[in-house]
Amino acid sequence: MIFSLAVYGAPFSCQASDSAYQFACALLEQGHRLHRVFFYHDGVYNGSTLATPPQDERNIPTSWSQLAEEHELDLVICVAAGLRRGMLDATEADRYEKPAHNLEQGFTLSGLGQLVEAAMISDRMITFGN
Amino acid sequence: MTETTEQPAVNPKKLLFLNRKAPYGSSLPREALDAVLMASAFGQQVTLVFLGDGVFQLKTQQDPSEIEMKNFSKTFAALELYGVSSIFVEQSSLQKRGLTLDQLLIPAKLIQSHELTELLEEQDQVMSF
Repeated sequence: MIFSLAVYGAPFSCQASDSAYQFACALLEQGHRLHRVFFYHDGVYNGSTLATPPQDERNIPTSWSQLAEEHELDLVICVAAGLRRGMLDATEADRYEKPAHNLEQGFTLSGLGQLVEAAMISDRMITFGN
Repeated sequence: MTETTEQPAVNPKKLLFLNRKAPYGSSLPREALDAVLMASAFGQQVTLVFLGDGVFQLKTQQDPSEIEMKNFSKTFAALELYGVSSIFVEQSSLQKRGLTLDQLLIPAKLIQSHELTELLEEQDQVMSF
């Protein structure tokens, strides 16, 4: 079965990101396909490479990044929701003349069309958060 | 930034957007409306349901200027241009908040909670906001 996930919750603040990550791991283990994970609303913070939790705690952005590398996942952060909240890749940092960018490896910024496309392509679209 | 403008070659899907939050306490309602417009631009069969505090999103005469927020409720008028006419308000949610259909910005149909169950079952996807 083809799944896509929509994540609206910020990591380390509510359970949404952890649940989404664990759900993603479980469905991949069971041999399903994960078409896309779309991060919207406060979920965009899942892609911050600057997240620095204590060393004995899970690092959610890093976990996503590793999972993406293992399974060639499409991790998309909504560009409009991301820019508002300070999630920038090198191109956007350059465009808006910001001193830094902070997108974790494996994440990309793209438009809301990616959320709709994921809903169209997937057998199941699961929302996490709020 | 890479924006997808190409539409995938698949049949339109029935996408239901569930709106559950009051308009300005969270940015989720505004972000939901953006997603609704995108889904209709992609030619999907879009249905909107307003439930719980979500019914406040459709209240007329919103003015959040004093809390430095944009009045995004004007964007609901665009739904008609996008061909979205399947708009439902859960009856008891509206009633409990002392509102009536004529206090809403756009034409909406009342739906009972047991009818909502059936409506949800008909959908390909439910997008919850």
